[in-house]
Amino acid sequence: MNNDSRLGMVVAGSLSGGVAVRLDGDASVEDVVVGRYVSIEGKKRRFLGMITDVKLDTSDQQLTISPPDPSDTFSAEVLSGTGAYGVLTVTPYLVIGGDQTITEGPQPVKTIPSHFAPVGLASDTDIEQVFGKEDAQRFYVGNPLDMESKLCLNLPELARRSNGIFGKSGTGKTFLTRTLLVGMLQKGACVNLVFDMHSEYGWEGTSEKGRKVKALKQLFPSKVAIFALDEDNARRRQVAADVFVKIGYDEMEPKDIALLKQTLNLTDLAVEASFTLRKRFGKDWIVKTLELETAENGEQELKSLNIHESSFQSLLRGLTAIKRLGFMQPHVERRAIDQLLGYLERGTHVVLEFGRYTEITAYILVSNMLTRRIYERYRENTETALAGDRTPPTPLVITIEEAHKFLNPEVAPQTIFGDIAREMRKFNCTLLVIDQRPSGIDPEVMSQLGTKITCLLDNDRDVDAVLSGISGKSELKGVLAKLAAKQQALIFGHAVPMPVAFTPREYGSAQSYKELAAESERPPQDIDKDIDNLWK
Amino acid sequence: MTKQSVRLGEIIEASTTGFSAQSYELNELPALGSLVMTSEGERKLYAVVYHAATEGIEPGRRPIARGRDEPSEQALFDNNPQLARLLRSRFSALVVGYRDGSAIRQHLPPKPAHIHAFVHACPQEEVKEFGQSFNFLNTLIGAELETPADELTASTLRLIAEVQDDPRALLVAAGKELAMLLGRDYTRLKAILERIKP
Ligand SMILES: Nc1ncnc2c1ncn2[C@@H]1O[C@H](COP(=O)(O)OP(=O)(O)OP(=O)(O)O)[C@@H](O)[C@H]1O
Ligand SMILES: [Mg+2]
Repeated sequence: MNNDSRLGMVVAGSLSGGVAVRLDGDASVEDVVVGRYVSIEGKKRRFLGMITDVKLDTSDQQLTISPPDPSDTFSAEVLSGTGAYGVLTVTPYLVIGGDQTITEGPQPVKTIPSHFAPVGLASDTDIEQVFGKEDAQRFYVGNPLDMESKLCLNLPELARRSNGIFGKSGTGKTFLTRTLLVGMLQKGACVNLVFDMHSEYGWEGTSEKGRKVKALKQLFPSKVAIFALDEDNARRRQVAADVFVKIGYDEMEPKDIALLKQTLNLTDLAVEASFTLRKRFGKDWIVKTLELETAENGEQELKSLNIHESSFQSLLRGLTAIKRLGFMQPHVERRAIDQLLGYLERGTHVVLEFGRYTEITAYILVSNMLTRRIYERYRENTETALAGDRTPPTPLVITIEEAHKFLNPEVAPQTIFGDIAREMRKFNCTLLVIDQRPSGIDPEVMSQLGTKITCLLDNDRDVDAVLSGISGKSELKGVLAKLAAKQQALIFGHAVPMPVAFTPREYGSAQSYKELAAESERPPQDIDKDIDNLWK
Repeated sequence: MTKQSVRLGEIIEASTTGFSAQSYELNELPALGSLVMTSEGERKLYAVVYHAATEGIEPGRRPIARGRDEPSEQALFDNNPQLARLLRSRFSALVVGYRDGSAIRQHLPPKPAHIHAFVHACPQEEVKEFGQSFNFLNTLIGAELETPADELTASTLRLIAEVQDDPRALLVAAGKELAMLLGRDYTRLKAILERIKP
């Protein structure tokens, strides 16, 4: 630790509550921020921890009662750091150095540094020692708060479990997710399927200043396919879509209707009726159900099926709403799901753009229908692979927004997404859930998420939901509450050895494209041309 | 002992923690809080003046006013030459350290000063050197003397600061040391700080 970075020394503490660090007289509390990393030089080992609280203290209560006169700079100077001083709470996370760690790298803490151990700001080398350098698997996602060093994530490791990105509106979830997706593309860790509700991941997104930012397909044209639900919208935006998706009524199952119960305002009996009708009519049940309305013997038919008129009407209203979605057709020759599976199996990443269909009904319906079939296929493939016949499929990561609509406690047990989150990596298929309201997500699902990245949240219930079940929760709560309103996040969980508050790397500048697409298949002169175009 | 240093008097009473000395001239007394030095054999002792008095030589016989008809104070002494011999000025100092070889130690020396040893004012350079460390403050604030310890501490620091290149820096550093020592007694700390404030 060089002297510039020295902050103070350990004066008290416990493993459960963190250590108290008394600031040196010349170190100002105003210069240390919560979330910042510090290193503690114990006698035998070095500890790495995070500042989780900052407070002012005085050695004599009297000082707070009759403080020196504001004009008395002398007394103020004398007292600061002595009679009145700053105390940091530091939560130690890792031990670096020491006999064991030489061979095994940083280890979780099992004890705390002794009294008077000097404490200083962590150096870039410390961070590198813990998070590693950019390499074939590690991807640079951002910089720890107030530090120059790069925070790198092992993406194949990350993709092995379902993960979550949270934060209130406008905090940078989409920007961060896009960066992570680029990382997964770069490192070839897995194949991605993005259900892109607001059409911002595939072709281009917009920044708050209204500027367009490039998305995956523009950076990695040959690795990404865009599926568009809304043909007009895609053409107008000049998106190089690969497939325009149409879905046949006959591809829908009553299960899909059941999920829409809340959004379509269906009664329980109406949902039940859909199962009865499917049994009665087979694959064409939707068309036939819609016809019942006008059919001569409709009434009798319903009676014989034991379906009440009001349930039928409720269901009918729901089906009509679905029918109105422009991408729904009675029957489709080339099923989108087959094309989708084809792309994924060839290792092409797919972004499904919803265009103008931003209402939740369309989003839930389509993502569920497709995911259910994909999951079935993955399950089969993995099982055959396990039987020894084939190599297991490339891990698939499915990105969904507004996750609480799929994963709230009421529907999570029924949706395919609930299954994926719970059964995790068994079948090489995981989720990346993005949500503003994590408290709306089934706690069981939340607990299955391997790594969570959260931007600022302002609702206590959301904060609790995100942090539930992790150690040092109350300390991290303080860190989370102090994140900037934009482009700052806290990451913790499986993929990182210790929680880190960080600034996600810049996305959207010419330089960022150059760096992000560096490992894409595009020749560099092409990228330079793009950069030139940016200025036109 | 350095030549240019002023000889202030002679020790007439000595103990482990301090000594009293008589001035050679009536009323010629070192300032409260000033650093003086004396010797104990090879060792040079440093002490802080904490009290001074001028009184009759014989205990029990107290001086009486004589100047009603004299035109000036000086005339009073000129017309009563015996007075200078019947009165004396003396001062007391608290031992705060000693020189051990080349190093100054700010704690009590093993032995007290010698009786009849001369007492000198500390030259500036030595005061400056003494001010490099503040361990003596503990002795000062803890002393129980005729003079209130806080006054004494403040006077001493002011005098030490005076000879430094950066008096304020010294006072701030000393203040911080005091703040540590008086951590639980802000009222007292405040009183001293008020007295040393530049
Ligand atoms: N890494 C980044 N690089 C550059 N700009 C960023 C970054 N992160 C956030 N921003 C800025 O913050 C704005 C909001 O970010 P973003 O659209 O990702 O928010 P969000 O959390 O997805 O919001 P919502 O929940 O409303 O969708 C962006 O438009 C952009 O201007
Ligand atoms: Mg967003």
